[in-house]
Amino acid sequence: MKLSLTRRYSFPASHRLFRSDWSDAENHRVFGKCANPHGHGHNYVLEVTVTGPVDPATGMIANLADLDSFVRARVLDDFDHVNLNEQIPEFRGAIPTTENLCRVIYNRLSGFSHARIERVRIEETAKNSFEYVAETAPSRETAEYEFQEEHS
Amino acid sequence: MIKLTRKLEFSAAHFYHSPKFSAEENRRVFGKCNSPHGHGHNYVLEVTVAGEPDPQTGMILDLNELKEILDREVTARFDHRHLNHDVPELAGKVPTCEELVAALWRILEPAIAPKIQHGRLDHLRLYESPDLFADCSRNGQ
Repeated sequence: MKLSLTRRYSFPASHRLFRSDWSDAENHRVFGKCANPHGHGHNYVLEVTVTGPVDPATGMIANLADLDSFVRARVLDDFDHVNLNEQIPEFRGAIPTTENLCRVIYNRLSGFSHARIERVRIEETAKNSFEYVAETAPSRETAEYEFQEEHS
Repeated sequence: MIKLTRKLEFSAAHFYHSPKFSAEENRRVFGKCNSPHGHGHNYVLEVTVAGEPDPQTGMILDLNELKEILDREVTARFDHRHLNHDVPELAGKVPTCEELVAALWRILEPAIAPKIQHGRLDHLRLYESPDLFADCSRNGQ
């Protein structure tokens, strides 16, 4: 059997979907209300799934205290109550869609040393959710390279 | 292949303690969960079976049969019980969400197998709280 453990976190943040190299009309045609100039926000829900062997001494794939403090330090401290376009370096020149947010957060978490980060799932609203699954455990460099390339 | 999921809830108590650790290590590793007086959760279990519907009935598995299995194997054995003391399958283990979902798999997989002609238990998801859950599926899925 295969086991995984998933923890849910949340953080409110704002964003705006637009490209500076497009006209206002083009931005509104493609991104609609999401391109409104002053941005808008969501209560993002972040699910982090870890896999790996269960330590027989603890009964755990990963100690939740370790996972929680890692997610707090790598993600929540930076992403909570911020503007994603302005305050998250990975979104300089990239559009903070929730697809891209999944990848950015996966890249920040992939170095977790206690278990493998298998999946990052984000609910932007109760109706929209997105996920990034590390099917074959891509290296951090590869994932970042692909991300840069898509938005260069 | 079609999948069918049934959800059930049970309430149980537990605490975390490993005889391999000193008292101080137990407190450090398990934190509040180490309190010997225990604490409890309303667990929610999602049981997914997968297979081909029987052409006669249109069902993978009769929901009444599945409910009977879950009443007998889960509710009767886990609801309003203490996981450290009342569940032989968890003896010698720390009753984390991971160990509990694995124990439930080992109980439910053989209980469900003879009731499905063209299918099998596919997946278990066990919520310890709305913010924490463990998944169990077959190897290679």
